[in-house]
Amino acid sequence: MNVPLVTVLGRMTLSFLALTGAVTAFATRGILHCFEPPIYRRQILRQMLEIGYYSLPVVGLTAIFTGMVLALQSYTGFARFSAESAIPNVVVVSLTRELGPVLAGLMVAGRVGAAIAAELGTMRVTEQIDALTTLSTEPFKYLVAPRIIAAVVTLPLLVLVADAIGILGGYLVGVYKLDFNEQSYLRNTTDFLQVMDVVSGLVKAAVFGFLIALMGCYHGYNSRGGAQGVGTATTNAVVSASILILTANYLITELFFAR
Amino acid sequence: MAAPRIVIRGLRKSFGRKKVLDGIDVEVGVGQSLVVIGGSGSGKSVLLKCILGLIEPDSGSIRIDGEETVGLSRADRARVMRKFGMLFQGGALFDSLKVWENVAFGPIQSDHIPEAEAKEIALAKLGAVGLTPDVGELRPAELSGGMQKRVALARAIAREPEIIFFDEPTTGLDPIMSDVINELIVQCVKQLGASTISITHDMASARKIGDRIAMLYEGRLIWQGPVADIDHSGDAHVDQFIHGRAEGPIRMQVTKG
Ligand SMILES: Nc1ncnc2c1ncn2[C@@H]1O[C@H](COP(=O)(O)OP(=O)(O)O)[C@@H](O)[C@H]1O
Ligand SMILES: [Mg+2]
Repeated sequence: MNVPLVTVLGRMTLSFLALTGAVTAFATRGILHCFEPPIYRRQILRQMLEIGYYSLPVVGLTAIFTGMVLALQSYTGFARFSAESAIPNVVVVSLTRELGPVLAGLMVAGRVGAAIAAELGTMRVTEQIDALTTLSTEPFKYLVAPRIIAAVVTLPLLVLVADAIGILGGYLVGVYKLDFNEQSYLRNTTDFLQVMDVVSGLVKAAVFGFLIALMGCYHGYNSRGGAQGVGTATTNAVVSASILILTANYLITELFFAR
Repeated sequence: MAAPRIVIRGLRKSFGRKKVLDGIDVEVGVGQSLVVIGGSGSGKSVLLKCILGLIEPDSGSIRIDGEETVGLSRADRARVMRKFGMLFQGGALFDSLKVWENVAFGPIQSDHIPEAEAKEIALAKLGAVGLTPDVGELRPAELSGGMQKRVALARAIAREPEIIFFDEPTTGLDPIMSDVINELIVQCVKQLGASTISITHDMASARKIGDRIAMLYEGRLIWQGPVADIDHSGDAHVDQFIHGRAEGPIRMQVTKG
């Protein structure tokens, strides 16, 4: 078969636009239901536990090794210019601005985005979502809104913890391996720590949380065709959330720091 | 005769190029039980889902107690839904909730009955389908297929609906358990005075539950009439179906779509 390139590109553009439209409509409906009673508090709490508390180990581990490796790498680089004293600065700025939110976002996208898509997907193919409707319960309110709210609230908290643990990791390597003075490492860290760095990181985290919950819910809610469909939904949720996180990260950085 | 509960006229639904429902006309009277029979994939579940508003029909009219429900707003849909109870083909129990929470879901979430009271109701309904209160504390995954069907039945009747749909209530059960479920359905329906539509391809079940039978074939109800008439319908399709013969005018579609 010989299909002209233009046709292929045209089709891809059209289906991309259709997808964007569908996701936007889904997101709008989900957000509206976050603000309109009844609010299912118990569902929100359960999701906060699931998304936040149970993600602590994986996010903590990621953060501590990232902080450690940052200190180590910047030392090997900066030693050439005798600029070792900048290490605490590099660690704290990279962590709070970029690595804390992005790595936590990606880890949670893998863990939670997949879980949301699998759970909603299974509920879809076993008709549990239809059953909700027949019991006069709006699935967007009962399933989607609690996950969005929980993710948007919880991710910034997770990132705060990740920041703290990452800085601790840098401190451990700085003091115990690179022989920094404890006092001056800490003073350098606090001196360089700027409110804007942390705030921008938390804004990113909230946006990433939204994207993770949205992608998980969208792909799960619309899954078709048995176990295989649920599998596809899970993969798509994680991949699309990760790509959106990296894209949004650039855009938010531009907003905050580019002048 | 009182005005019918459900009146369906010219109902059509296609998925892509595939016509699943191609002009359905049927009525269900107050307190009447309609059984819809037909081969797998003939669109029986789609018919129920159209009436429930879970699937948007392409055209046609569905009136519930005289009110047109096609194209109803979400808020009105939730109000109309209060009249319905539905037993899904696979049970569709919420596997994150305990058995009693499943049964109490409607009373708690949409009728706003306090939890303690709703639990009483749930345990009473579980009792009505022959399950003891300790089953209420289990998760659906811990139950056998027959028990899951009973729980699903208890959930469907928990809000004492006026209209109940049963989608293949006995499929996948052994003959004895099937008969137990049929008995329970007949009992519950009589007690509530509800109007029902049941889907089945089990003729024993159809004869037991139904007042009237309709057969769905190629998107249309090709025959409908009182249960007693099914054996001399004079329709070759119906005869082939109720006797379960491979030979006849019905050619089974082996592939999907
Ligand atoms: N949501 C849907 N999207 C596309 N096709 C569907 C959908 N639901 C049902 N169908 C198709 O409609 C046909 C009838 O399905 P169904 O009503 O479930 O059959 P049954 O009579 O066994 O209950 C099947 O071929 C099925 O593949
Ligand atoms: Mg079916």
